[in-house]
Amino acid sequence: MPTAIQAEQLTKRFPHKIAVDTVTFSVEQGSVFGLLGRNGAGKSSTIKLLTTLSPISSGKARVAGYDVSAQPVEVRRHIGYVPQLPSADVDLTAYENLLISTKLYCIPRSERRDRIRDALELMGLDKSVNLLVRGYSGGMMRRLEIAQAMLHHPAVLFLDEPTVGLDPLARHAVWTRIGELRARLGTTILLTTHYMDEASALCDHVAFLHDGKLAGIGTPAELCAALRPGATLDDVFISLTRTRA
Amino acid sequence: MTALINYLSQMLAIAEAEVRKLRHDPVDLFTRIIQPALWLLIFGQVFARLHGIPTGGVSYRDFLAPGILAQSVLFIAIFYGISTIWERDLGILAMYLVSPAPRSALVLGKSLAAGARGLAQALMVYVLALLLGIHLVLGLLSLAGVVAMIILSAAIFSCFSMIIACLVKTRERFMGISQVLTMPLFFASSAIYPIALMPDWLRHVASLNPLTYQVDALRTLMLPGFRSSSGVLFDFAVQVGIFVVLILIAGRLYQTILE
Repeated sequence: MPTAIQAEQLTKRFPHKIAVDTVTFSVEQGSVFGLLGRNGAGKSSTIKLLTTLSPISSGKARVAGYDVSAQPVEVRRHIGYVPQLPSADVDLTAYENLLISTKLYCIPRSERRDRIRDALELMGLDKSVNLLVRGYSGGMMRRLEIAQAMLHHPAVLFLDEPTVGLDPLARHAVWTRIGELRARLGTTILLTTHYMDEASALCDHVAFLHDGKLAGIGTPAELCAALRPGATLDDVFISLTRTRA
Repeated sequence: MTALINYLSQMLAIAEAEVRKLRHDPVDLFTRIIQPALWLLIFGQVFARLHGIPTGGVSYRDFLAPGILAQSVLFIAIFYGISTIWERDLGILAMYLVSPAPRSALVLGKSLAAGARGLAQALMVYVLALLLGIHLVLGLLSLAGVVAMIILSAAIFSCFSMIIACLVKTRERFMGISQVLTMPLFFASSAIYPIALMPDWLRHVASLNPLTYQVDALRTLMLPGFRSSSGVLFDFAVQVGIFVVLILIAGRLYQTILE
């Protein structure tokens, strides 16, 4: 399988902190990859590096076949990103949010309508398209943001805590939609989450970050088996990230 | 060619988002008329009784109207950068920045949106001025010139404001600095009195202030018989030059607000 994301010795230094410390991993095309770890472990920082939003201090990364530092615009053309914080504009309708995105991604006028309709349908939002997003529930908002991030059919989709703050039903709805997205478009997905059950269910591979460093990587089953028979991913999480550096 | 079309349509998409928001909730546009109305009705009434102000052959009230229009556009635009901080604190800015749109196209789009707000303001000031019986030129060429100058000037000050936002990064610091800048910009211009009345040092400051050129162009275009002190074409040239420099700076800085 070709790789969709390749990070080599990826590092982000701030004046008083190393947010991402020589992290190396790769993600197979079409798979779902989970980045796990405690708050402040470097998950969001890693995503910001891979999405070109934050300059890399040292190391290298390729996303969707392009070098993140050398070809940022090409990378942006081929990725979608849903940040942790709400990124849909609540003062616009769902349709308007999507319309603006189709224009930012230069989707030809003749295709805009279909793309928007497909995205809304895939995320199960087709009924509330002309409502101001201000009136949306948390779950609808998240699905809208995912719809917005995949309008241009990105090869790689980055989801930073896509289910944080959602009720169990809304969480499951997001899971289902992510599964469909992957099945229909073959999108590679990198997500972060604090729910280990979610990581077990959704991710083909997971990587644990601890204090900016890679603390463990593998399939959820491998990681659990390596710890001890019958261990859950929660146990793995605790064992890998307990120490405070 | 396609690159240029893409650039322009990305720029317009950003401006369109802002205009659509105003259409959903135009209350802000209407409350903005109160301040210029007070300036024209109260300040203008009182100062019109002083006859010593050399206003270039027009009455003081007429002289004041374009100045107040320019001032009200400045007040809208100079605080525009707060929305950049706001959008950064949400994920909206990250969403824009992760798109392939060039950063300068994003900033240009935002500046253009400030221009649209400026135009709404201009429309209301015109109505007010006409109700007050102020003589305004209403020819097509004059109106087109006013429209262009309002958009350009709103874009200049909003772009300047976004640069400040990118440099200071927090709402509190941004508000502090913008408050401090607004009044000097306003007073060191010909908005409410002619440059000829100023002491020399202030005159030099005023000649570096984009608001001065905006006011000069607006007065020349709006008031019958007003003689420009720098020439309308020169006013436009200065403003375009300043805008290009600001856009280049803002385009470079825009992404750094995320850090």
